[in-house]
Amino acid sequence: MTTFLIRRLLLIIPTLWVVGTLTFFMMRFAPGGPFLAERDIPAAAKEQLERQYGLDRPLHEQYLKFLANTVRLDFGPSYKYPARQVTEIIFEALPVSLELGGWALLLAVLIGVPIGVIAAVRQNTGTDFAAMTAALAGVPVPNFVLGPLLVLGLSLSLFIFPPALWSGPQSRVLPVLTLSTAYIAYIARLTRGGMLEVLRQDYIRTARAKGLSETTVVSKHALKLGILPVVSYLGPAAARVIMGSVVVESIFAVPGLGQHLVRGAFNRDYTLVLGVVLFYSLFLMLLNLLVDIAYTRLDPRVELA
Amino acid sequence: MSAAALDPALAPEMAEAGSRPESLWADAWKRLRRNRAAVASMVFLIGLSLLAAAAPWIPGLADPTLQDLRLGASPPSAGHWFGTDELGRDTFARVIYGGRISLMVGLVATLVSLVIGVSWGAVAGYRGGKIDELMMRIVDVLYSLPYIFLVILLLVFFSRSILMLFVALGLVQWLTMARIVRGQVLSLKHQTFVESARALGASDAAIIFRHIVPNTLGPVIVFTTLTVPAVILQEAFLSFLGLGVQPPDASWGTLVSDGARMLALFPWLVIFPGMALSATLLCFNFLGDGLRDALDPHDRRDVA
Repeated sequence: MTTFLIRRLLLIIPTLWVVGTLTFFMMRFAPGGPFLAERDIPAAAKEQLERQYGLDRPLHEQYLKFLANTVRLDFGPSYKYPARQVTEIIFEALPVSLELGGWALLLAVLIGVPIGVIAAVRQNTGTDFAAMTAALAGVPVPNFVLGPLLVLGLSLSLFIFPPALWSGPQSRVLPVLTLSTAYIAYIARLTRGGMLEVLRQDYIRTARAKGLSETTVVSKHALKLGILPVVSYLGPAAARVIMGSVVVESIFAVPGLGQHLVRGAFNRDYTLVLGVVLFYSLFLMLLNLLVDIAYTRLDPRVELA
Repeated sequence: MSAAALDPALAPEMAEAGSRPESLWADAWKRLRRNRAAVASMVFLIGLSLLAAAAPWIPGLADPTLQDLRLGASPPSAGHWFGTDELGRDTFARVIYGGRISLMVGLVATLVSLVIGVSWGAVAGYRGGKIDELMMRIVDVLYSLPYIFLVILLLVFFSRSILMLFVALGLVQWLTMARIVRGQVLSLKHQTFVESARALGASDAAIIFRHIVPNTLGPVIVFTTLTVPAVILQEAFLSFLGLGVQPPDASWGTLVSDGARMLALFPWLVIFPGMALSATLLCFNFLGDGLRDALDPHDRRDVA
């Protein structure tokens, strides 16, 4: 377990290095530059700006400086908003994205798992069919289709929830719902599959033979293993939620990390983009590690190697 | 799928016994045909593809770029089934032409991922040892990259051409394919038909691509069917952010994205392209599930 942890933590470093290096050189070799937006900028002012950000130095020097700064978690000031440090912007946007993604995943699990369990227990009945049809309906509707439709139905026609922005609990509803729907469906399907597999096993028959109530058998004995496919899906799901939140944030004008990534890229705000990309990568890898650990806790048969 | 099942030498004896052996493909086809959802999806997808491919030559289908500013945005009517957008362009024609682009991106990018993934996985699995270890470690590292962000950056910084889109999306998808193929190859490479090919003096490349890869086709086809909708979805996602195909071309993602801006006024501009996109994704998923059941009877699961 300890060796596994150390190895996985060590693998994070080369991965971050690959991400950072790729991003760094992609930016330096891209046509256009951060200061092209202000078109009529005098040559002297442009030189001054480039000197200020170290862009006039040789490339290898810039690269080494970038590596050294990254190790110290210092990405420098944003190009677009020179008064603010990139780290400051990231830590301001992070809680928003975390809240959005966290609620969406939580909602997906809280709704998806019970639907899947019910469908599995009542396999091949009307209930099963209804639950799975409802779950399936959510899968193919991309969040950028669902989002506008929800806005149309719930805020522009019925005026229940605000159509955009991130202030007050009501503004959370539509973005979270938009982000989580696809996962509710998928988690329900995974749970059903996992439960069907487990409910056929001998130890379940033993539990029933002992005279335990069906509720206890299902919730105490079967669920623990039946939920494993969901646990292993949570890593990739979190990755997709993060990706999805880029779109959801732009639909609902939520001031999260995803917005900074997209706008930063369009604005050629190199320091901000580098910071956000590295941060996302680190976050994703830690998350995947957590999922793997959770997996062994639930299923003692799995050895981490 | 064992080689023996395909071995013609065994066929006469079994035919005499009265039961003609069915090839894997005939058998799979029979199983697939019994799955109504998969068949319906296949029919839908083939119809849609034909419609999209033949769009420029369909008589009566409006030119998707033809503007009618006096008409402006109009709701669905007999003349314009899906209504028109704010420039008076026919939404039905735009959806069909959008399908041309979305489907093409899906297929080409999947093809890119197929070629890279199958070659990578087959070589790694066949060579084994240090080479396998190295190649799969590379896949592991690439796996943990936040690809979509790199794709976003690539498209913003360089060109937003459709060619770049093919490459970028294809590069994202090949990793899983490589893993699947490698697993298959590992289990195949010690079978007798490979040994005999080697004994006959076949080169490694010939063994890999002529003898082993064709036997991994089942899982590869299934995964390919599931990759196409994933790519279409990603293209739509990028188009939504303004990074996909550029005007005057429009994919389904572009249409939804443009429509979403005028949602309150002209909801049909989101609803129809959104429905086309969703129906296509759903059908690919049904077809993929059906193919898995048909080609991979051992690995029958009720899970997606």
